Amino acid sequence: MTTFSIPGESPLFGAKGWAAIAAFLLTTVVLVPVLFLVVPESSPFHLSAYFVTLIGKIMCYCVVAVAMNLIWGYTGILSLGHGVFFALGGYAFGMYLMRMIGHEGQYQSDLPDFMVFLDWKAYPWYWSFTDHFWYAIALVILVPALLAFVFGFFAFRSRIRGVYFSIITQALTFAFMLLFFRNDTGFGGNNGFTDFKKILDYRIADPGTRAALFAITGVYLMGCLVLTRALIRSKYGRVLTAIRDSESRLMFSGYNPLWYKLSIWTLSAVLCGIAGALYVPQVGIINPSEMSPANSIEIAIWVAVGGRGTLLGPIIGAGIVNGAKSFFTQSFPEYWLYFLGVLFVVVTLFLPKGIAGWFLKFKGAK
Amino acid sequence: MRTILRGLHAHAAAFGVLICLLSVVPRALALEPAAMADLASDETSDKARAIDTIAAAGDEEALTVLEALLGGDLQVTPDKHFLIKRSSGLVDAISGSPVSPEPDEYDKVRINNRLRAQTESAIAGLRLLSRDPAVRLEAAKAIDPSRDNLPLLGKALSRESVPEIRNALRKAEAVANLHSPDPASQLAAIETLAGSTDPRVKADLMALSRSTAKDQESPAMAKVHEAAADAVKAIERRLAMYAYLGRFFTGASLASVLLLVALGLAITYGLLGVINMAHGEMLMIGAYATYMTQQIFRDHFPHSVDWYLVFAVPTSFVIAAAVGMLLERTVIRWLYGRPLETLLATWGISLFLIQLVRQIFGAQNVEVANPSWMSGGIEFSNLVFPYNRIVIIAFSGAVLLLVWLLLSRTRLGLFIRGVTQNRTMAACMGVRTGRVDLLAFGLGSGIGGLAGCALSQIGNVGPDLGQSYIIDSFMVVVLGGVGQLLGTVYAALGLGVVSKFLEPYIGAVPTKILILVLIIAFIQKRPQGLFALKGRAVEA
Repeated sequence: MTTFSIPGESPLFGAKGWAAIAAFLLTTVVLVPVLFLVVPESSPFHLSAYFVTLIGKIMCYCVVAVAMNLIWGYTGILSLGHGVFFALGGYAFGMYLMRMIGHEGQYQSDLPDFMVFLDWKAYPWYWSFTDHFWYAIALVILVPALLAFVFGFFAFRSRIRGVYFSIITQALTFAFMLLFFRNDTGFGGNNGFTDFKKILDYRIADPGTRAALFAITGVYLMGCLVLTRALIRSKYGRVLTAIRDSESRLMFSGYNPLWYKLSIWTLSAVLCGIAGALYVPQVGIINPSEMSPANSIEIAIWVAVGGRGTLLGPIIGAGIVNGAKSFFTQSFPEYWLYFLGVLFVVVTLFLPKGIAGWFLKFKGAK
Repeated sequence: MRTILRGLHAHAAAFGVLICLLSVVPRALALEPAAMADLASDETSDKARAIDTIAAAGDEEALTVLEALLGGDLQVTPDKHFLIKRSSGLVDAISGSPVSPEPDEYDKVRINNRLRAQTESAIAGLRLLSRDPAVRLEAAKAIDPSRDNLPLLGKALSRESVPEIRNALRKAEAVANLHSPDPASQLAAIETLAGSTDPRVKADLMALSRSTAKDQESPAMAKVHEAAADAVKAIERRLAMYAYLGRFFTGASLASVLLLVALGLAITYGLLGVINMAHGEMLMIGAYATYMTQQIFRDHFPHSVDWYLVFAVPTSFVIAAAVGMLLERTVIRWLYGRPLETLLATWGISLFLIQLVRQIFGAQNVEVANPSWMSGGIEFSNLVFPYNRIVIIAFSGAVLLLVWLLLSRTRLGLFIRGVTQNRTMAACMGVRTGRVDLLAFGLGSGIGGLAGCALSQIGNVGPDLGQSYIIDSFMVVVLGGVGQLLGTVYAALGLGVVSKFLEPYIGAVPTKILILVLIIAFIQKRPQGLFALKGRAVEA
């Protein structure tokens, strides 16, 4: 494996890098909201709500890809269960959004519609306090973190690695999906959470709220990027890449990989959880299919397409694959799976370092 | 015949109406037209006598006539000729031969409720005494265990020699005797019934065990109640045991399916180190190959359609193995030594294959029928062991045996084991490792196809067939450990039986989660699975 991404005491980003980040932030925080809110609909520069939502959604996926890159690209641990953390974050925030519906639901009851429908009489205990915004935010962070920590502790402690670990994470997300599909779990079963109305005091359907969520997602994505960079160039990051390249040798050098793996695994899960929480109000629904093994394995292909172990690769990959998905599912729905299937094969066979790796090769050749 | 007759005479005096009539017409073995004449009468008492006379004849013709009478199909002409109306036309009531030309005038033989009840019990009696053991058994099981039928039951018992039918008769007699006024016969009945598992018998016994208030009963009655309560307990114990037996069977059945599915994986992953996420699609291909074989048989050999499965087994193996070898040549061989990439690439292949099948055969499930010799099952008390499950258990055992023989007794098996243990050394010794990889991958995929063929007999066949089994079968491989088939066998058995034992208590989904937790806990102790290869190999 290569180690092109660790320049010793170099600054966090070069001048160009900072400029790119500033440009991106400016676009998401100022330009897009202005084009969406201020520019009239008749103008060719106007952005539709559909477009803003789509890009916002893809940015959430980009964060997931960045988180996946931390654990797979840099540490060499392939998780096939990252969808579960994303969905748990989404569900945790979804609980808050459900309570914000108040009496505006179809049944005008104290309880969310699905609970009335399924004949619940009161909120189950794990729904308590979820009507407080900050408590819900805490849940968004703590629930994925706790699951990742406990699961990761037992998995890494017994040195489950490689394909074994991947398979077990896949079983994990599968088990959670089955659990959330059930009506008696209290998470809306098949339909999950939907029909959100308000967030804090703002109506979700308002263009202003949409623009704000979009801007927050953009800032969060850049934050994750900077965090990745900061981690990777630290000593901690070097230990991570050492785990990826030769775990046995690292152990013989006197390091215990357990805490390194566990911490980066938990961090990655938390980043995914927050992305899920940003995803839910923008897309307007969360259901158990987000936890399906197929979804989680798709995350891996985003990273693989873009280039794992590179800073920008995952973002490029998530953008391209999800853009293609939107295009295909609208224009040629029956060919999407062919495309995705071939993409998996082609990338692993011909582009082992992804698009970013391909670019870097060109740059090196020059 | 003679013994039956003798038996009849010996008991004749003791039993009611039926038997009285036997003495009136002592040797009336065949139904004679004269016996039916009274049915044409308008008097209920004449008809009643006629019914008894017909019943006393005791043969198949008598049964036919009585059933026609009960069903309202029995007709009579003015000259007292009896006919039965069938969908095909009128037939003679006794000979059963078609009547032509049809008489101009005939009328239905009408019966009232009293006669209907009499006819029903006469039919039950005739069936109990039928010459066909299957009819007798059915009648013995179906008979209403009331005290009115006791004489009939006794008579049937005295003539019966088949043990199974005797048991059914005894049971009915005992149930009837539960309500006997005589405590002694009640006790005897309870004793007989304590060995039963019939829920209705249990309900009757429970009712008896608490029928009267305790303080005002005679000592004899108290004893009866106590015995009934004990019998209920015994029945409950036995039912619980049977429930365990049933669970063990469904567990073994699940285990055999898991074993079939995981066996192919164990070869590709355990022996070659290739994690094949498209293995589930090999199952699907095998199932669809079975479906196609069935369609070909239906179209071209409709007479031998029951034997399509015999051809479907090799077909599914060959097609799945061919697809597997094609994949190995085109994709997987380039990825040896990169397990994570193999995982992603094979997942891509699985998506591709699913969509392909969906476009060829449609997204709906296709219908694969059990051959007639596989439908039904063995009944044992209140348990049913379906034939298709039994066949699959045997089938997976056979496949396991063949794979074991192949690996341990053939040259190819030797090569496969050699390449597994030390690829470089095997290559140095002249083994063409590339070819061994190809064949081993084909073998693993082919076994997947066989598993698909088996699954098509117990579940739905659709494009998503493989997806539902892949995670469970990977769990089997993880638990069983890499490199040895024995681990896979134990893991499949363990997972199958444990999950079927847990399911009734905590439900299917919590069982899956608990199993996952158990596997993770187990791996804490033995990271390499149940049976790890001993050696100095350290993962890079």
